[in-house]
Amino acid sequence: MATGSVSSSRKNKSNLIGLESKAYRGGKTTLCAGCGHNAISERIIGACFEMGIDPERVIKLSGIGCSSKSPAYFLGSSHGFNAVHGRMPSVGTGALLANRKLIAIGVSGDGDTGAIGIGQFVHLMRRNLPIIYIIEDNGCYGLTKGQFSPTADLGSTKKTGVVNDLPAIDTCALAIELGASFVARSFSGDKKQLQAVLKAALAHKGTAMLDVLSPCVTFNDHKGSTKSYAYAKDHDDPISEIDFVPYFEDIEVDYEPGDTREVEFHDGSKVYLRKLGEDYDPRNKLQALSVLSSTKSRGEFATGLLYVEPAKTDFIDLLNIVDEPLATLPESRVRPPESALQAIMEGLR
Amino acid sequence: MALTDVALRENPPIETGSRLTNDFSMQVATVNGSGSQTANLVLLRTIFEMGVPVSGKNLFPSNIAGLPTWFTIRVSRDGYVGRKPEVDFLVAMNSQTAREDVLSLRAGAAVVYDEPLNLSTVREDLVFYPVPFDKLVSGVCTDVKLKRLVRNMVYDGVVAKLIGVDRDQMEQALEKQLGGKPKAVKLNRAALDVGYEYAEQHLEKADPCFVERMDATAGKVLIDGNSAAAIGAMMAGVTVVTWYPITPSSSLCETLIEYLREYRIDKETGKATFAVVQAEDEIAAIGMAIGAGWAGARSMTSTSGPGVSLMSEFVGLGYFAEVPAVIFDVQRVGPSTGLPTRTAQGDILMTAFLSHGDTRHLMLFPSSAEECYSMAIEAFDLAERFQTPVFVMSDLDLGMNTWMSETLDYPTKPLDRGKVLDAESLERIGKFGRYRDVDGDGVPYRSLPGDGMPPYFCRGSGHNEWAQYSERPDDYQKNLDRVARKFETARDWMPAPVVEINAKASIGIVAYGTTHWALIESRDQLLSEAEIETSYYRICAYPFRDALASFVKRHERVYVVEQNRDAQMLSLMKLDLPAKLTLRLRSVLHYSGNPIDARSVTDNILLQEGYRVEKARAVPSASENSSGVGGE
Repeated sequence: MATGSVSSSRKNKSNLIGLESKAYRGGKTTLCAGCGHNAISERIIGACFEMGIDPERVIKLSGIGCSSKSPAYFLGSSHGFNAVHGRMPSVGTGALLANRKLIAIGVSGDGDTGAIGIGQFVHLMRRNLPIIYIIEDNGCYGLTKGQFSPTADLGSTKKTGVVNDLPAIDTCALAIELGASFVARSFSGDKKQLQAVLKAALAHKGTAMLDVLSPCVTFNDHKGSTKSYAYAKDHDDPISEIDFVPYFEDIEVDYEPGDTREVEFHDGSKVYLRKLGEDYDPRNKLQALSVLSSTKSRGEFATGLLYVEPAKTDFIDLLNIVDEPLATLPESRVRPPESALQAIMEGLR
Repeated sequence: MALTDVALRENPPIETGSRLTNDFSMQVATVNGSGSQTANLVLLRTIFEMGVPVSGKNLFPSNIAGLPTWFTIRVSRDGYVGRKPEVDFLVAMNSQTAREDVLSLRAGAAVVYDEPLNLSTVREDLVFYPVPFDKLVSGVCTDVKLKRLVRNMVYDGVVAKLIGVDRDQMEQALEKQLGGKPKAVKLNRAALDVGYEYAEQHLEKADPCFVERMDATAGKVLIDGNSAAAIGAMMAGVTVVTWYPITPSSSLCETLIEYLREYRIDKETGKATFAVVQAEDEIAAIGMAIGAGWAGARSMTSTSGPGVSLMSEFVGLGYFAEVPAVIFDVQRVGPSTGLPTRTAQGDILMTAFLSHGDTRHLMLFPSSAEECYSMAIEAFDLAERFQTPVFVMSDLDLGMNTWMSETLDYPTKPLDRGKVLDAESLERIGKFGRYRDVDGDGVPYRSLPGDGMPPYFCRGSGHNEWAQYSERPDDYQKNLDRVARKFETARDWMPAPVVEINAKASIGIVAYGTTHWALIESRDQLLSEAEIETSYYRICAYPFRDALASFVKRHERVYVVEQNRDAQMLSLMKLDLPAKLTLRLRSVLHYSGNPIDARSVTDNILLQEGYRVEKARAVPSASENSSGVGGE
């Protein structure tokens, strides 16, 4: 290949583990036609297929809301858990403690994360649990008919013209501040970027936090909304062009030095980030926060891989758990021998 | 616990000339944070090792340092370990409460006190032992910080001499308590000696309290309920522990962590066969436990009432989505913050029906440290067998106080992992439906993420037997009925009640948890004082067994004794029993925050039986009082 852009999608019908794309499909969506969430489900299907992810190892997790319904619409042969409002992180934490071999994909919404779930979100980021945490962000509560959520921008309006007079929570800035080791923002309408970011998230070991702008066609797609398709298209400001090369594909990438940055993930996969304007280093926390702040002040939103720290120890390693799933350890390994109980009793006598 | 002047007059005096050998109650009044716990446990252990039945109860404030705290040691040759409200021997170390503490004593009681407090002027009907603690401590140690701690060991020495405890025996107990810290042992032994020798040379024994060797504690151990529950959880093979600190349950997980680190680290790899997470709150703690249970772990959390309140939503999810988890509720006094360091059985009704919609939960009621252990093990089996959250309902008195206990037995039953789908069962049942009742017991099969069996979508929303989202009325009702059937099946799997039928009795008594200990004594009192024969039914689990109805049927009146205001267990019984039988139920309630005592139970029952309780014993003050007369 000549420069920059690479295509990692295989032309073959079946992937690394011999599955076809349809093996990654789920049930028929019940969300509105044109909902951004459906596009994200498609990208998850595409990313998992292209990465050769074993659906049997995947757990899909969600909270409550439109976004949280979507795990039923992808990876139908994976286990799923639609938990309670805003508390999916704890369920995911428990599941991964029980079985560290699982690949966790969590789907939340801006209300589920930014309002009721902000506490669990904060602690999830802090722990760097190995989970992909996607916020399908439309700035409103769809299922309850369009109330503002905490990510609605200051001054944006509802369909009725009511103005939001509180500032938005920037989940990306918050996640970076809290210690998440992979933070990205994307747009449901940007197929290429979103799929590349999702594949990188699958290659990452640690919390991968993705805030994906995903317009609500029914309640928040009007003039005056800053989360509409039209607004998103006009104000999307990619920080770099992202290409993903999985560990199992033998692709040579030539690029001009100084023009492209390379990030290698735990499994050997790489992303190449090609400069679009200002040189952007996704390992630089301060730059990430500064870019988030400056784009926001211009009324735009920065997209792409904002921050990454591939080598950061994840929560499961931190706990020094045995390599096998705890869930299925045999009795002989979880019930200490009689001599242990005798020793304890002796100590109490 | 500090009683009023009124209480004083109602306290029966110790009869002149009587000798309370191995039958008295001692109270040590100190300031919270002064490090008296070690001294108190050394005293307790010494008496225990002399073969004399003993129990210790710590009545402490919700405070780190500075507020008054009382440690009560009951010595009972008859083996009664419930709380005894009268104090026969006081060690007054707290200047803030000393006067009140002395006023609350029964006449004839003994007082060891710090000389400058000048307590002997307060009353004339007590035996006073002034001790110059500061002077004695100065001879042992000069470090200001240590002085405060060592002071406590001086009173141990004084008390030992006065009640006739062997000095060597106490030194042994000291070594045991401070195990492996030779410097601390040396210093404390010196303090002990100073106290002992002071008493020997300067105090003349004039009170009636004596300890004499017996042989009633052989083979027993001293342990608190939380530690016993922790050992049980470890032996049950717990793999995921998620918790949030709260009194009085914190020590359960803290002790568990210590044991797990000792006994559950893989020898070859040095890695843990468990995961422990201190969560951000109780909601996250139960969320993690539910997530882990769904993925196949033996998961647990431990909390108290306020935590259970917070867990309500997740527990409803666990019930409806059918996910196992074990929750230890070490009950304290509510509502709200209530009395965080005092005991109650006040979470019964809340827990039975925790969460919105139609829910019912399995509950176990341990009475003793042994049962904290055995029921912890059973709880994990039941949670997986019935794929639902299971509650172990302990309380502060059981969880945090030190109890004599039989040696804990190694489990003989293998772990029961319940109906987890495998190739064999899949072939037998044909098609897997996560919520399909294939055996008629209401309990479906479940598959675990990552195990290669057919997956399903777990959710709190309405679902059919194939785990598909459904809002169809028949699907919803059928599923809910099946879950109810599962609860019915559980009845006979729950720990059996402990029943003692007395053929001569027309009166039955029902109790559970720590109330049991007051009942043993109260039934003896009823018999010896009023010749009232009683039968006894100790509830060990909810749902109840059918035997409960038969028990009520056998007796004209049945007293349900419990430690809450609203007769919570009685209310649960009313829902289960035939309407006619509920008319036989009477209530005896105790909810002061202090552990229930036999005297108030006996007096309450006597009153309801039409006796005039003239002696006004052991009804110290309004705040101490058990409830008014309950009943129907």
